[in-house]
Amino acid sequence: MFDSLSDRLGTVFDRLRGRGALTEADVRGAMREVRIALLEADVALPVVRSFVEQVTELAVGQDVLRSVTPGQMVVKIVHDGLVEMLGSQSSELDIDVTPPAVVMMVGLQGSGKTTTTAKIAKRLKDKQGKRVLMASLDVNRPAAQEQLATLGAQIDVATLPIVAGQMPVDIAKRALQSAKLQAFDVVLLDTAGRLHVDQQLMDEMQAVARIATPTEMLLVVDSLAGQDAVQVAQNFSEQVALTGVVLTRMDGDARGGAALSMRAVTGKPIKFAGVGEKLDALEIFDPSRVAGRILGMGDVVSLVERAAETINQEDAEAMAAKMAKGQFDLNDLRMQLKQMAQMGGLGALAGMIPGMKKAQAAMAQGGVDDKMLVHMDAMIGSMTPKERAAPQIINAKRKIRIAKGSGTTVQSVNRLLKMHKDMATAMKKIRKMGGLKGLAGMLGKGGGGMGGLGGLLGGGGGMPQLPGGMDKFKK
Amino acid sequence: MSWTERLFGGLKRTSDRLGDNLSGVLTGQTRLEGATLDEIEDVLIMSDLGPAMAARIRDRLAETRFERGADIAAVKAVVADEIAAVLGPVADPLDIDAFPRPQVILVIGVNGSGKTTTIAKLAHYFQELDYGVMLAAGDTFRAAAIGQLRVWAERLGVPIVTGPEGGDAAGVVFDAVKQATATGIDVLIVDTAGRLQNKRELMDELAKIRRVLGKLNPEAPHDVVLVLDATNGQNALQQIATFKELAGVTGLIMTKLDGTARGGVLVAASEQYGLPIHAIGIGEGLEDLRPFDPRQLADAIAGNVE
Repeated sequence: MFDSLSDRLGTVFDRLRGRGALTEADVRGAMREVRIALLEADVALPVVRSFVEQVTELAVGQDVLRSVTPGQMVVKIVHDGLVEMLGSQSSELDIDVTPPAVVMMVGLQGSGKTTTTAKIAKRLKDKQGKRVLMASLDVNRPAAQEQLATLGAQIDVATLPIVAGQMPVDIAKRALQSAKLQAFDVVLLDTAGRLHVDQQLMDEMQAVARIATPTEMLLVVDSLAGQDAVQVAQNFSEQVALTGVVLTRMDGDARGGAALSMRAVTGKPIKFAGVGEKLDALEIFDPSRVAGRILGMGDVVSLVERAAETINQEDAEAMAAKMAKGQFDLNDLRMQLKQMAQMGGLGALAGMIPGMKKAQAAMAQGGVDDKMLVHMDAMIGSMTPKERAAPQIINAKRKIRIAKGSGTTVQSVNRLLKMHKDMATAMKKIRKMGGLKGLAGMLGKGGGGMGGLGGLLGGGGGMPQLPGGMDKFKK
Repeated sequence: MSWTERLFGGLKRTSDRLGDNLSGVLTGQTRLEGATLDEIEDVLIMSDLGPAMAARIRDRLAETRFERGADIAAVKAVVADEIAAVLGPVADPLDIDAFPRPQVILVIGVNGSGKTTTIAKLAHYFQELDYGVMLAAGDTFRAAAIGQLRVWAERLGVPIVTGPEGGDAAGVVFDAVKQATATGIDVLIVDTAGRLQNKRELMDELAKIRRVLGKLNPEAPHDVVLVLDATNGQNALQQIATFKELAGVTGLIMTKLDGTARGGVLVAASEQYGLPIHAIGIGEGLEDLRPFDPRQLADAIAGNVE
């Protein structure tokens, strides 16, 4: 199977590293690999061509700075090129109009429009306090309107009552009218999936756009999309005035080359990225971050952001205070485990940490998964409060009881206790080193769950560092 | 509009890529030259064959001698032949030959690949062949997925076994097999929730469904069909690899070939995994599932259409 784009570029630039000067032959050789890597990542061919051309030109003419290797220089140029291509900054939804602002979602079948509609609605409601109305104009797929209604109920957002047999244009009109009458701030119109070559449905989409006059027309694209994505983007942007793109299923292992293609073809910003099945799994698309991710710099920013959202500030402070005294008992460990589960589980976490791709693969192979978190929680749950506060009292007899109570084995209990001990020792060391201030700061920002991860991975070697030299290019 | 036209409809609209790219380059020599080969390779890449597979076909073409001179038609024919040769061995329609009945067909795939619609089409196909069909709504996760399958079951007039939304999929499947066995059903088609192949917990759930099926009938599931979206790119290979390993995929169905996507990734997949390709989907109607014809897809990719 393929290496991921970052691994691939890694091997390319490994070859370049450690050489004094950057010759044209060097660059051209590397660019061939970049081209293949991008194609395997499903970046559309025309986009690959122009990108490689541009970057080659830049790289060959470039003076190599004294402080970096030629390879690092090329990495930087490729990285900057990717960032530029992805759009140099993130942009929010434009709903600053006389209410109701209309947001219309379009795309192919199965690209994830309905789920994305609900995710955006939730985001607008939770983060911006907007009153949102969702309406499904999908009269083609069976139960599509019911799907949106169910999602609406889940996230507590109003949906337009379903009138059987009504056509999309009429549903849109009714949605606008209800929104005006009931003073909604934003109306989200979820449309039926359509093939870009199905002119009848494309006409219908234009008709809806004419009467709804949306301020945002978002094209929803599957990040698994292949070469054809260009064709799709072109056709849609020719027929309606797109204002942005939403990339779904970014939590998959697709390399997301579609992101590059979309930007190049539509010229519109990618506004959001769908990163999971849960309805809060929607992130602002951050081009520089994604470019960094493509180059294997990891996605630490996402990690910190998500941690900050899930970790209760008070809990974090309480823990920091305890650690300041050098205490770290099983209750604290349990809290950390809970936080990790909330942040999307081990796989999600490992995927975001730079250099952790290998650890992630090892975890999958070794059967380390989120069940482990559940088992650990069960073991701690089977302990008495006294045992949790003072783990050293846990003797063989108690271990047997805990194993039975939690449906695990004594070996598992031993592993858990060992892990706790290692972590407690680490905390003590940090305290001795006087690094407490930094640690507390980190906890406040929400790195609280991370101490446990290195321990969990066992032989994984703890927290890996940024790949050599890469950190120089972090913005 | 015939279904061949529909399959090629998108193709015509994107015009004949190979023809467009090659006109003017070909001079009627007996061997193809670098620039021509590059053009062909690019066209293959744009059809999602992937850079590795495209390079391999390019190499084969480089060795081909055109006795009567290479014109566009001849080049297209050779490209189509090369692709058809790879795809030929894997075309294999789904047969109902399980004994004892029912034959259990588990349908899996990533979210939005078209599983539920494909199940409806499959049910229709088997109905036409006079088999008794039953559906099992194993997608208990996505909102209204059960409703979607129920609507199809009503339209088709086939029995359906459902459970509560958010319930245990394996439980629904267990009930369905019991009912199907009791009522003498020939084919039981099981819908499952869409899942990205890198989500371990969800893949474990598939393994559980398989285990539960195996308890009632050691042979079941007889078929594990992976539904692939033609608009997906090279990640489809990753999907096949992972689903094959963790869910024991026995065959493929590719959907959404009525757009401009050519599904070229099937060529790479055939060479790499050799899994049978059962059928292709070319539209949203019940009739829009077709047996997979390697020659046709090869012609479509090569632009070898009259």
